[in-house]
Amino acid sequence: MAGSDDVVLLNFWASPFGARVKIALAEKGVVNYDYKEEKLADKSSLLLKMNPVHKKVPVLIHHGKPICESNIIVQYIDETWQNDDPPLLPSDPYLKAQARFWADFVDSKVRFSGIWRTKGEEQESAKKEFIDLLKVLEGQLGEKPYLIGESFGYADIAVIPLSCWFYALETVGKMNIGQECPKLIEWVERCMERESVSKSLPDPHKIYEYLLEKMKKLG
Amino acid sequence: MAKRGEIKLLGTAASPYVNRVQFVLNLKSIEYEFIEENLACKSELLLTSNPVYKKIPVLFHANKPPICESLVIIEYLDEFQPDVHRILPSVPVDRADNRFWANYVDNKYFPLYEELRQTPGKEDKEAIKKQIIEGSVLLEEAFEKFSNGKAYFGGDDLGYLDVVLGCFIAWIEFSSKRNEFNAFDEVKTPKLAKWAERIRSHESLKGAIPGNETLMNFYLMLQIHKPPRAT
Repeated sequence: MAGSDDVVLLNFWASPFGARVKIALAEKGVVNYDYKEEKLADKSSLLLKMNPVHKKVPVLIHHGKPICESNIIVQYIDETWQNDDPPLLPSDPYLKAQARFWADFVDSKVRFSGIWRTKGEEQESAKKEFIDLLKVLEGQLGEKPYLIGESFGYADIAVIPLSCWFYALETVGKMNIGQECPKLIEWVERCMERESVSKSLPDPHKIYEYLLEKMKKLG
Repeated sequence: MAKRGEIKLLGTAASPYVNRVQFVLNLKSIEYEFIEENLACKSELLLTSNPVYKKIPVLFHANKPPICESLVIIEYLDEFQPDVHRILPSVPVDRADNRFWANYVDNKYFPLYEELRQTPGKEDKEAIKKQIIEGSVLLEEAFEKFSNGKAYFGGDDLGYLDVVLGCFIAWIEFSSKRNEFNAFDEVKTPKLAKWAERIRSHESLKGAIPGNETLMNFYLMLQIHKPPRAT
């Protein structure tokens, strides 16, 4: 069991970015860390001190030093805790580059707030855009078990937290993601067989309730 | 060591993201072929090699499929040739720190300059210039921390952040002149102002820094293809 010596995670339960960090820590067997739940409307002084530039979660604090930005945190975790399992990032520089590209893709391209913030034509457009992006991911998956190859890793960790939003988006947006992207859903189920994933992702029904609350506040 | 003809870089001399990759290729003494792309009329090569973003730079290495996204490319080059001018440090927390600021530069800082170009109206422009200077001050503080009294973010010699931020120097100066302000103000950001001069004159970089004519042509193209918003 890897030491959880002085590891603190500042997070918000519904954050897909925080889920990435939880999965990575679990993959490395880092389990007894100090988890601090943040209220986004009332950020703690610790969060503001540890991430003054962005003031966002997740933040990993290791031996008192903060590491921010979820994909950067996952790479840090991979480089810091090394065990007999394959590393989260492939060792081949070319495959590593591919993994980084796809992890980055989620952050720069995937947006879905239009699905619940808008109605009518705008909503249809947002739904189509989201499905098109999921299809791009499906294309990258191809016939492989995981996004980059045979092993679950960095790119899968970056994308999988999206899946806990599928139920909420399907219900609110009246979509059927499984019908549009069956291979992607197979990949989701494969990832969910890993304890690190199933224990780290928030419950899709709780996400749906959370989304309904957000929509109510918007009026 | 890459053989001649093994590495090709698809890009345009005016793009700072392309220059970023060129900086690293130069520092690592990697020979490469430069394939000029016309962004006003994107080539089949670009559209097929980067179907996701349709953007430059794109790196081709031997017969491997292409690598896209400048930050991904430079880490690839650093891992492929770690023995010549290593750009990222080896300690995980230092690597995370460097990557954090690269993320800040690409997602928060440099987009402000494009926002400045696209924003009409003097008052709104002034507000963005203020945000740019605030960003520059943050980068000055980062420079102090990373350089630890030395000449570069990387210390005695160029490192990751020198390349990541340094590739924007020409555009930062171009934008500053056009908009009558100083993004690297000598009073608020004295260390960055001096660092920028060192970047401009560095032997390995100056060949990849675009001149004013190149920048102006690119700027004029942007004004046509992505015109400023109407007032």
